[in-house]
Amino acid sequence: MSTELIAWPRAPESSVPFVERLHGWVTTVDHKRLGLMYILYAMVFLLIGGIEALIMRIQLAVPHNNFVSPQVFNRLFTMHGTTMIFFVIMPLVFGFANYLVPLMIGARDMAFPRLNAFSFWLTAFGGILLYFSWLGANGLYGAGNAPDVGWFAYAPLTSRTFSVGHSTDYWTLSLLVSGFGSIGAAINIIATTLCLRSPGMTLGKMPLFAWLNLVMAGLVILAISPLSAAQIMLVIDRYLGGHFFDTQAGGSAVIWMHFFWVFGHPEVYVLVLPAFGIASEIIPVFSRKAIFGYPIMVAATVAIGFISMSVWAHHMFTVGMSSNANTFFVLSTMAIAVPTGIKIFNWLATMWGGKIEFKAPMLFCTAFLFQFLIAGLTGIMQGAAPFDWHLANSYFVIAHFHYVIVGGILFTFFAAFYYWFPKVTGRMYNETLAKLHFWLFFIGFHLTFDFMHIPGLLGMPRRIYTYEPGRGWETWNLIVTIGVVFQALGILVFIVNLLWSYFKGKTAGNDPWDAWTLEWSTSSPPPAYNFAVTPSVKSRRPLWDLKHPEDPDWRYE
Amino acid sequence: MQDVYSSKRMLRPALKVLSTLFCLSTTSVADSPTFSSPTNIFAPASTPAHSIFGLNLFVLAITGAIFVTVFSLLAYAVVKFRKRADDDGREPAQVYGSNQVEVAWTVIPILIVVVLFMATARVIAYVQMAMPENAMQVVAVGHQFWWEYRYPGANVVTANELHVPVSDPAHPTPTFIKLLSADTDHSFWVPRLAGKTDLIPNRTNTTWIDPQQVGLYLGQCAQYCGTQHAKMLLRVYVQSRSDFDRWIQEQSQPAHVSDTASEGRRIFESIGCMNCHAVAGTAADGRFGPDLTHLMSRDTIASGIAPNTHEKLRQWIQDPSTLKPGARMPAMGLDEPELNAVTAYVETLR
Ligand code: HEC
Ligand SMILES: [Cu+2]
Repeated sequence: MSTELIAWPRAPESSVPFVERLHGWVTTVDHKRLGLMYILYAMVFLLIGGIEALIMRIQLAVPHNNFVSPQVFNRLFTMHGTTMIFFVIMPLVFGFANYLVPLMIGARDMAFPRLNAFSFWLTAFGGILLYFSWLGANGLYGAGNAPDVGWFAYAPLTSRTFSVGHSTDYWTLSLLVSGFGSIGAAINIIATTLCLRSPGMTLGKMPLFAWLNLVMAGLVILAISPLSAAQIMLVIDRYLGGHFFDTQAGGSAVIWMHFFWVFGHPEVYVLVLPAFGIASEIIPVFSRKAIFGYPIMVAATVAIGFISMSVWAHHMFTVGMSSNANTFFVLSTMAIAVPTGIKIFNWLATMWGGKIEFKAPMLFCTAFLFQFLIAGLTGIMQGAAPFDWHLANSYFVIAHFHYVIVGGILFTFFAAFYYWFPKVTGRMYNETLAKLHFWLFFIGFHLTFDFMHIPGLLGMPRRIYTYEPGRGWETWNLIVTIGVVFQALGILVFIVNLLWSYFKGKTAGNDPWDAWTLEWSTSSPPPAYNFAVTPSVKSRRPLWDLKHPEDPDWRYE
Repeated sequence: MQDVYSSKRMLRPALKVLSTLFCLSTTSVADSPTFSSPTNIFAPASTPAHSIFGLNLFVLAITGAIFVTVFSLLAYAVVKFRKRADDDGREPAQVYGSNQVEVAWTVIPILIVVVLFMATARVIAYVQMAMPENAMQVVAVGHQFWWEYRYPGANVVTANELHVPVSDPAHPTPTFIKLLSADTDHSFWVPRLAGKTDLIPNRTNTTWIDPQQVGLYLGQCAQYCGTQHAKMLLRVYVQSRSDFDRWIQEQSQPAHVSDTASEGRRIFESIGCMNCHAVAGTAADGRFGPDLTHLMSRDTIASGIAPNTHEKLRQWIQDPSTLKPGARMPAMGLDEPELNAVTAYVETLR
């Protein structure tokens, strides 16, 4: 990454020696640079996690395949899941929040710039620790290996009886370290949105992207804390003679599940709320209309935040909870569909009566709406506990949450990449390549994840390195694997586009989308100090007011 | 916005993809022979599976209706409100919200949720509360990568192939399965008979089935339990009452030990096989591995992954990892004559 991205007040970039520039990046406390570093970091891990997925899909393309050993396969799915959640989507979330929130609320930087840098480096170190297990996890004997307990690491597989060596320790410590990074980043986002908004920007006028990140950050603190506690308990079990999860000494495997999912479910919303935030910025701009029902969008977000804390055990419908407990978690799970549904309807209403322009960001957001709708509906199916007694731990679940994480979240993040690329680099991305990326990825996504539901309905469980022929799973698995090829091509086009446009793209100007939030009022890329003059705002769309003095928003809010 | 992009050009491929996908998924799902599966959750053959199936159809109908409605709105918006080539460049009317509509799309989902919730709660109560009377008791114990089955009343211990009597709907004779684990978490899932229930160490779970047709029902472990989780298959043999009674009768006998394989037996009882395997009526009483008393009455070995033939048995005893790498049975390093003798011995255990 070159530093030309950001105007450097001292000397022209080219004259600064490379090592000095690198030093500048490593020691930076600038929210934009840290944001970009989070994003770049996520992209590297996206490639690694993607390759892991590709290897698994080759293994599963046909029954009784012998491409990788069961041991390697088990490491692959553990690493793939852990990587994609903690070292791809989380850093993407924090990266975009870091870069954009201060700009959107008219602030100079995040509230605690040094905590910000510290958080990033903790997260970065966590990922490195996880991957160092490939070398170091068996101690001094030379051959290391990666964790193979699955990304939710159910006890007692993680006990020293079943997990010898240190692979589980690398997993534990990696999540502990990056978890502290996440908590630091979350505190920063909360403080920034609450304290650093520009004059006139009451909470009721704060852009939805900032609102969703605020709620996300609250959830991070509530969700990562129990996860960290559980990781510490696991370390105590493994090395200090504790028996929290050690079933052979009277510990409880189910307690681990509760700890994990008390983290795990809010985590889904930690990842998806920022995606909602992105959609809530892009859909209005490309439909040329104000967001429909801003207050209820905020209310729905807060409601999702609260309800998401009470649904965790829907991941545990098969562990033999009482029928009362099962019934409660059915109710809370289905209740969360209401605020989520409201959001979908409000986005639709925003498009309704607009003049929608299907540039790449809007294409990705439209696909997000379509896919998130399906993901929500398959979620309701699984929320019906008896249905879930079949679906849980089957390929249907895998299809469902990839619909959420790829079809919902990753699609909106692609939209965000294209939408803010001109702001960050000062150059326009290539629209043709972006559309090619969209169609390749869209087709690949649907080949893979639509057809992945079916083997689940036909009894195929997850986390199996191979399967028996004659169960009706062969065709579907082959199609699923073929889809991966299209997705990989899409990602390739995406990267080519980013690189090409970064060097060769047309100059974008400050406000290429004719948009309405504050980040578009400063130069592209923004200077280190963001705004020469602290902006003051009167409505949710300050730039609309500026462009339409005859009909400003503040008259209606 | 400048540089108007003709949205027709990108819309057509979108519709094409969607319609092909739709055709593919409907026609091939319904007609193709690959859809017939011995583990299809939509082919219930036992009461719990039936009541779940009923709920599934109801939930599918409602979610399907929601999908069609919202998708149509989205498709309409995409087609109708896209920017035209002859756009006048003016901003459309700005609408900031509407209380009536927003109340409507809050209240309607709430009503749908209430309905879905009540239907679901009923099935939960039914499947979880209905502890069937006069049920037969079986204990299933999950082990890293195989299943142990005990019939407490009948003094029978067997492995990997569960036998239960068929249940006549007029006079139901359900089987009530107590689920335990000897090591890690597992999950018992035979889709045509019931939903899955986990086997968790230090905890007792239960499930029940009352299969109404004689036959073999398949499934497999559905909770990741270690290296060979993939090859921890489930086989449930549903038999007529008389066949089942005969089977129980045979299984409750001690091993039929003949002198023809005494050399194999001597090796079996001296090199460690007996530390892990039990053969009732002999000195072998290990419990770490499957009970071998009636090994030859089983169709398959090693949790359903290989047919119980001479070649496979021999290969298994020589080196289990050639069939199931990571299985908890070590290769015992037998030489040719020993291997033949031991194989011959276990082949007398019928
Ligand atoms: C360390 C314990 C151990 C020892 C020693 C051992 N086994 Fe095993 N054996 C097992 C386990 C565990 C299984 C089940 C493996 C699986 O299916 O994953 C098994 C499975 C078998 C099976 C298949 C049973 C079935 O119904 O599927 C046979 C046959 C068998 N062992 C024979 C032997 C013989 C013969 C020896 C001695 C040469 C031996 N075993 C030694 C643990 C052991
Ligand atoms: Cu298992």
